[in-house]
Amino acid sequence: MRSYLLRRLLWFFPVLLGVSLLVFFFIHMIPGDPVSVMLGEAARPGQAEALRHRLHLDQPLYVQLALFFSDLVRGKMVSIFFAQPVFEVIVPRLSATLELAFCSMLLAVLIALPLGIVSALKKNSRVDFFSRVFSLAGVSVPNFWLGPLLIIFFSIILGWLPVSGRGGLSHLVLPSLTLGMAMAGLLSRISRASMLEVLAAPYLMSGRARGLSEWSVILRHALRNALIPILTVIGLQFGGLLSGAFITETIFAWPGIGRLLINAVFTRDFPLVQACVLVIAASYLTVNLLVDLCYAWVDARVRLGRER
Amino acid sequence: MRQRLALGLVILVIALFCAAAIFAGKIAPFAPEDQELCAGLAGPSHWHWLGQDKLGRDVFSRMLYGARVSLLVGVSVVLISALVGFWVGALAGALGGMVDQLIMRVIDLLMAFPGILLAIALVAVLGPGLGNVILALSVLGWVGYARLVRAQVLVEREKAYFESARALGAGRLRLIFRHLAPNVSGPVLVQASFGLAGAVLSEASLSFLGLGSQKMPSFGSLLSHGINFLRTAPHLTIFPGLAVFLLVVSFNLLGDFLGDYLRVEDKGRGR
Repeated sequence: MRSYLLRRLLWFFPVLLGVSLLVFFFIHMIPGDPVSVMLGEAARPGQAEALRHRLHLDQPLYVQLALFFSDLVRGKMVSIFFAQPVFEVIVPRLSATLELAFCSMLLAVLIALPLGIVSALKKNSRVDFFSRVFSLAGVSVPNFWLGPLLIIFFSIILGWLPVSGRGGLSHLVLPSLTLGMAMAGLLSRISRASMLEVLAAPYLMSGRARGLSEWSVILRHALRNALIPILTVIGLQFGGLLSGAFITETIFAWPGIGRLLINAVFTRDFPLVQACVLVIAASYLTVNLLVDLCYAWVDARVRLGRER
Repeated sequence: MRQRLALGLVILVIALFCAAAIFAGKIAPFAPEDQELCAGLAGPSHWHWLGQDKLGRDVFSRMLYGARVSLLVGVSVVLISALVGFWVGALAGALGGMVDQLIMRVIDLLMAFPGILLAIALVAVLGPGLGNVILALSVLGWVGYARLVRAQVLVEREKAYFESARALGAGRLRLIFRHLAPNVSGPVLVQASFGLAGAVLSEASLSFLGLGSQKMPSFGSLLSHGINFLRTAPHLTIFPGLAVFLLVVSFNLLGDFLGDYLRVEDKGRGR
């Protein structure tokens, strides 16, 4: 177990370094002069030189790289649009995205888990058919369509929920449903498949033969084992929710990091784009790492298999 | 019987979208940029089946051209990704050793990066446009194929036919082309079907955010335009979104059917 943890942790840092290098080179991929692209045609005389100096673009590449990492570590990267350190801009938005991602995950689990389990228990019934249609629709429906449809129905026609913005619990419902639907679709599919696999296992038959009630067999033995792959998917999808929230945030004017990134793209604030991409990618990596570690902790086959 | 009917329906929907994309210029009742300002935001009518946008442009005609953009991007991304992925995966699996280790570490690194995020970042620096969208989506698109092909190659190279071909003196290229390629193409085809759904969805997402094609209408840009008129003209949101949904569901179902078919074939061979 320890060597697996160590290996997994050691792999995390080179990947993070690779992602940072990729992010560093973004600015050099801009066709032409990046400073002219950022400032546009309305730049005042001398402004271009000042920005070039501030972004260290007047230095050799290896110095730029060293200064990029130095600025990153010391929190000295500054947003052009907000004129303040990028991390001061990002941190409050990151908490908004985390709030949204967490609620979406909760909603997805509450919908998909019971649906997937009942669907497996009642295979080939109407519930099963509905669950399969739901999971296919969930993974296929584009959130930039689902969001507006929910707004039309719940906000415009029924007037029950607010259209946009961040506020109380009512503001969270529609964005969470929009963001969580794809995860709910996938999760109900995985729950059904995992439960079906466990239900066919011989140890359940021996449980029944020992006189255990059907509910005890299902809840204490089947569900417990079926939960292992489900938990993995939940964890991995949470990383996906963090990195894929930008459309939902744009539709519902949710002040999260995804919307900040899209706005930074349009204001050509490349230091902010770099920082947003890096923070989102690092969060995604961290969540994936935690999931892997939890998976190894929960499932002995993983840790023992890796150690052998 | 029900399965066959569903498969027929899926193929029909995909064929209709392909026909719309190829013959958009002939089918469309109006040019996509034809404006009728006095009829802005008009709902569906006898002349304009799916209504008109703010500038009075025909939504149905624009959607036909949108299908062209969606399918062009989807097919291009899948072709590029599958070709690159096949070669990289086949090389890693067939050569093994250091080459395999190196390729796998690069794949692990790229898989750690959220795909759509990299696409946004790339389009942000390269500028919006169809070519850049295809490039941005293909940069990470090949990784999944490479992993899949490598895994398949590792299985296939242990089989007797591969050993015999090697014993007969077949070169590496011949082994890959003549023997491995046909045997790993099934799972790649399944992956390509799901990949098409993903690419269509990603293209529409980028266009929705204003990072897609600026010259041609696409489903994403139509939706992005429509979202400003949810109260007054919901048809601008409902129809393009429905088209993306139908296309994505069809490709996902096709992937499911192909996967089931291959599993049955495999079982048949195993007997």
